Amino acid sequence: MSRLLALIGRETALAWGRGGGPLVAVGFYAGAATLIPLATGPEPGRLAAVASGVAWVALALASLLSLERLFERDFEDGALDLLALSPVPLELACAVKCLGQWLAAGAPLALAAPIAAVALGARPELAPLMLACALLGGLAFAFVGGIGAALSLGARRGGLLTAVIVLPLFAPPVIFGGGALDALASGLPWGGGLALLAAYAAAAVALGPIAMAAACRNALS
Amino acid sequence: MNGGQAFLPPRRLTLDRVAIRRGGRLLFEGVSLSLAAGEACALTGANGAGKTSLLRAVAGLARLEAGSVDFGGIDPASARAEGLHFQGHADGLKPARTAREELGFWSRWCGAGAAGLEQAAARLELGSLLDLEVRRLSAGQRRRLALARLLAAPRPFWLLDEPLAPLDARWRARFAEIMAAHLAMGGLVLAAVHDPLPGATKALELA
Repeated sequence: MSRLLALIGRETALAWGRGGGPLVAVGFYAGAATLIPLATGPEPGRLAAVASGVAWVALALASLLSLERLFERDFEDGALDLLALSPVPLELACAVKCLGQWLAAGAPLALAAPIAAVALGARPELAPLMLACALLGGLAFAFVGGIGAALSLGARRGGLLTAVIVLPLFAPPVIFGGGALDALASGLPWGGGLALLAAYAAAAVALGPIAMAAACRNALS
Repeated sequence: MNGGQAFLPPRRLTLDRVAIRRGGRLLFEGVSLSLAAGEACALTGANGAGKTSLLRAVAGLARLEAGSVDFGGIDPASARAEGLHFQGHADGLKPARTAREELGFWSRWCGAGAAGLEQAAARLELGSLLDLEVRRLSAGQRRRLALARLLAAPRPFWLLDEPLAPLDARWRARFAEIMAAHLAMGGLVLAAVHDPLPGATKALELA
């Protein structure tokens, strides 16, 4: 237990510092969300219709930013060898790394998401659901993204490869979350979308670490 | 250290006709070695002969093409996880973190308590370096910081990849003493070296 606490402390601190950490992720997020009205035109009606969707997709993209370094640095400097040689199963260590990533990048982004959506013209009543979707979706993005980061270990331009591997896997949570937000905006029942998003996040948390550990072992050997 | 008590197992390492293939090329085959408690083996060979690969295979990080690695009959996974320290060429230290944070993390990760950590830092004279960021340390200081983990969490089996390379003459002598103390307590050392390994009782040359 003491080992896992030590690891989560280290991973959160590293993720916080990685590539500028949450500030850069939130900055990128704000930038991406601001570009959309420039392209679609500023009419409030049109913007309000796409606001929550735009905020949601920009969140998925911003989650990609620091994934590249999730395993790459530990792989290069030998730390991954030492993480693998421990009574703590590598699967659990990978899960803790993703959790650290979520705490340091996913959670700050989740706080920014409702603000961006409302700023773009979404109704304020959508903000709580947006926050819930962003927190759950961020968890799914971190654990699914970890699989891509582990698979691209040792590859040149691993960050790009990670994005290409991971983006298709981001489609289901984007659809479920977007569906829930859309349903709430049109006054329909939105519980289903949120439940599916939660199920996807749970599956990513449960299965992702197994894939990550296998990919890490393969990269190390 | 652990108060002079004998180490828990593994107390023995046996390599039996080991072969390793890397990138499609057979690095070596038929390598056998038997190492008992208190023995140190110097692993030598030209660059690219497979010293690092052999160490990684013993640590379970690389696959064997043929042969077997045995830790005196104990389950290899638990022997590796709890009885072995691996020190590769890379130190596993993050440049942006302070020496104290890194040593604290790795010691805890290896299961050391606060007392073990302080003793290790004192033996390797890290006191004045602990508040510096790792990026400000020299290669030799960084190596001492990495080796402190081996003293903080005592484990019998040390697998070292050129442990002495970045150390200066004084620290090579000090590390020889530390290794001698480790062997006297029943430790085992397998180290890839280019220079003579102080206290080595066996030698294995990879052709």
